[in-house]
Amino acid sequence: MKPPRENIYFVDGLPVPETPQPGEKPAPWRQTRVIGKARPRVDAYERVSGTAVYPSDVILPKMLYGAILRCPHPHAKVRRVDLTAATRLPGVHAAISGDSLKVNPEWEYRTFGGPTVKSLLFDPHCRHEGEVVAAVAAETPYLARDALAGIQVDYDVLPFVTDEQQALAPDAPVIHGDSNRVGPPQVYQRGDVAKGFGEADVVLTETYHTACELHTPMELHGCVAEWDGDRLTIWESTQGVFAVQSGVAKALGLPLSKVRIIGRYMGGGFGSKLVAGKYTVIAAILARQIGRPVKLVLSREETYLAVGNRPPNHMALKAGVKKDGRLTALDFTGTGSGGAYPAGGTSLLDWQVRDLYTCPNVRCETTDVYIHAGPARPFRAPGHPQGSWALEQMMDALAHAIKMDPVQLRLKNIPAFSQARDGQPPYTTTGFAACLQEGAKAFDWQQARLKPARGKADEVWLRGVGMAGASWFLGAGFGPATVVLRVFADGSVNLNMGAADIGTGTKTVMAMVVAEELGIKSDMIQIEHADTGSTQFSGPSGGSKTVPTDAPAARAAAVAVKRQLLAMAAVQLEEKAKRLTIRDGRIHSTGASDKAVGIAELKELKRQGVIVGVGQKGPRPEGKVVVPFAAQFCEVAVNRHTGELKIVRFLGANDSGRVMSRLTYDNQVYGGITMGIGFGTTEKRYLDHGQTGKLVNRNWHDYKLPTALDVPVDMTSLPIEMPDDQANIVGAKGLGEPVTIPTAAAIANAVFHATGIRVTTTPINPVQLSRLLAQHRKKE
Amino acid sequence: MADEHETNDRKGVTRRQFMTRVGVGAVAATVVGGPPAGRAEAAQVMRPGEMAKITLWINTRRHRLLVAPRWSLLYVIRERLGLTATKVGCERGECGACTVLVDDRPIYACMLLAVEAENKKITTLEGLMQGEQIGPVQDAFIQHDAFQCGYCTCGQIMAAEGLLRKNPRPADEAIPLAVSGNLCRCGAYPQIFKAVRAAADKRGDQ
Repeated sequence: MKPPRENIYFVDGLPVPETPQPGEKPAPWRQTRVIGKARPRVDAYERVSGTAVYPSDVILPKMLYGAILRCPHPHAKVRRVDLTAATRLPGVHAAISGDSLKVNPEWEYRTFGGPTVKSLLFDPHCRHEGEVVAAVAAETPYLARDALAGIQVDYDVLPFVTDEQQALAPDAPVIHGDSNRVGPPQVYQRGDVAKGFGEADVVLTETYHTACELHTPMELHGCVAEWDGDRLTIWESTQGVFAVQSGVAKALGLPLSKVRIIGRYMGGGFGSKLVAGKYTVIAAILARQIGRPVKLVLSREETYLAVGNRPPNHMALKAGVKKDGRLTALDFTGTGSGGAYPAGGTSLLDWQVRDLYTCPNVRCETTDVYIHAGPARPFRAPGHPQGSWALEQMMDALAHAIKMDPVQLRLKNIPAFSQARDGQPPYTTTGFAACLQEGAKAFDWQQARLKPARGKADEVWLRGVGMAGASWFLGAGFGPATVVLRVFADGSVNLNMGAADIGTGTKTVMAMVVAEELGIKSDMIQIEHADTGSTQFSGPSGGSKTVPTDAPAARAAAVAVKRQLLAMAAVQLEEKAKRLTIRDGRIHSTGASDKAVGIAELKELKRQGVIVGVGQKGPRPEGKVVVPFAAQFCEVAVNRHTGELKIVRFLGANDSGRVMSRLTYDNQVYGGITMGIGFGTTEKRYLDHGQTGKLVNRNWHDYKLPTALDVPVDMTSLPIEMPDDQANIVGAKGLGEPVTIPTAAAIANAVFHATGIRVTTTPINPVQLSRLLAQHRKKE
Repeated sequence: MADEHETNDRKGVTRRQFMTRVGVGAVAATVVGGPPAGRAEAAQVMRPGEMAKITLWINTRRHRLLVAPRWSLLYVIRERLGLTATKVGCERGECGACTVLVDDRPIYACMLLAVEAENKKITTLEGLMQGEQIGPVQDAFIQHDAFQCGYCTCGQIMAAEGLLRKNPRPADEAIPLAVSGNLCRCGAYPQIFKAVRAAADKRGDQ
């Protein structure tokens, strides 16, 4: 057996508990009553009535407010921290720094396939602006900020490099060791690209750049920490309570059993809230030192500096194609930076190039470098939207060069197996061709392309259409994950799972699964989740894992309680268990119509009080790989004078297996497109490379998210529903990430169709577009 | 509760100067709103660290409070009164998570000091409820799944409520404009538009 591999979301290769056992696998659902329907969320009332208590809403008796002092320089060493003035201020209860602590906990950074770098919670060597230097707790957040202003810090300010392209220059200041390379270049190769280019009728080369994107979820990163003796409870805004638990326990040297993390609601994460933050541990230290609960919620500015980003990437792609549309070779090089620590600056950057289209000759080389900037964190489909920006624009350019419809070109290169994985395993299902074909049909693609693209010379708005395809690396989910169901004497059900509902509708999907399997109403089900103290283990909700992981576990648990219920009914009704079914909360005999009993009328259930069913995520299919696919189509209009870009309409076609919950499914599609619109047209982190190295746009005024006025009112979600019965026992593949991968490239392709200009650098904003339009006019 | 304090060694506008300016603002407001004149004078002579005694009308209830002059309305509503449907997102008027109605107009609660909100009619999301019964805009948000994580939702609902109080029959184009000051990072905008449309139509029918 291969050694376990640490992936960005999970540890691969470790045996995990799994149910059902072979031979017990329940049959795939055929006709469903609940699954796939458009039902409001089970927690919708809580979320619209304000009764949902998010971690940053928690208010405890005697609670204090924490705040963190951060290094204002991109590179500096802390010589001395003087807390005296801060601690003397009235209302300030504690001020801490690395020197004031008995133990300054170790803090580790590592990335898939890269090195591990050890640092400290308060590391005197600050390698990015926003590194923590000291922290305080006070009666009010205002007093806490006053106290920060009272802390005197002497820094040795050191030379910095914040531009990932300058970081490899011989005279660049080094961040770790003796080179700013995070590791040796990662090289992937199949076939012979030189031979492939020799066979091509057309070979194109282009370079592409994607700007660093920041997650900025609406709820700030933060927590409330409270000690009860030596037992620590933390309310944390997180995608994974168990991951936070292990991070906090490790940093503080506590047994896992003494650390309870509760994260029942959370206001968005997108990958930036998968693990414990430094702020989590700091809140716990402050709370312990003072003996009172501490709320530590970061300011918006801090979230721009210190809690992750999508790395900036620079890519070059050379591609060869035959006149009939078959790809002959792809040669990709990419660099990027995950900031000052190993954080996946080029993680999965080349995956779309490697695996999306059939191509016999592929070479990819990626180089991850350090810069003096905040460490990256996984951001919704790490690496994929960036790689897609290159590959999907190249596909568009190739189609243009050989005068083929871009949809047709893609259809000529649909693989049935994963070319880039070891052993080249087949996909359990692929709906990629269907996404392209049915998406094109629903969008009226061919007609839309025929309309005069450039418009008449006197028209201000140039219109165009574009499209792009995508796959997502991980569609199978990953264990371990356990769900426990309890059926009470009155037939109501308690569903217990560790997974967070990060806004994707996890709770709703799980309730629908149980309602479907047990033949009961969703409102009979109460969900307890995302609490390490009282719920079952599940990994963080990231990597589009939650539905394909926790939904099979929920169904397995439902099957386990159903078996017990039917056995009880069999005795009571004097009927064989296998002839019994449950519908509307009653157990019926399929043979004798008069033999029926309500779940609440089961004598044995009344006697026991409760029955319990345990379900675990089932095994992954052997020798096959589960991958979701997507295609997106859009129409844009470009103002030929100002460079303003209007996105007129969008369609997202997705093969993510079975549609579990139609409302939350469509919501993911629209949300993914909206986030992709941000990545493609509005968002960019600006660092002041030349002068201070500091982050220039550190708020939502200067760093633009798409608003209600930046998205098309006309958005369509087109599910390509093909239940994947080999993937797992619910037939669903992940959805949350594929929905955002192709968006930016589809927009760029539409801009090309509208203007004849290939925009290879994100974001396509009026600043860039007006400049390109002016250059283009000169050429013409 | 600890007294607010003054750090004298800092440059720039002192809290005292700041309060004086706020006091002047309050005097100017007397021309329009007509609160008792004495209160504005009292604000002008406040000493550093002193708490202001104010009255806030929130969701038709009167709250008599001692507040530090620099406390935002958001902080008082959320952390002091525990009305946590008013969310914190940026504290600088960019995201709309803290939107409340002040005299029926949507306002960012982070951009208003609590002392400035005296004698105004403040409505938070909790004020749209009748006991446990949700209002029509909230119900439309449920039916149209107009949120994901739900964190911006309370503010979105307040912005929509503000639109419908001013303009009960909004044109379709007015809806995105009305919520354009409210960011939704999950990107539930299309559903928000549908929900507001549905809520408006439902009101129109009544």
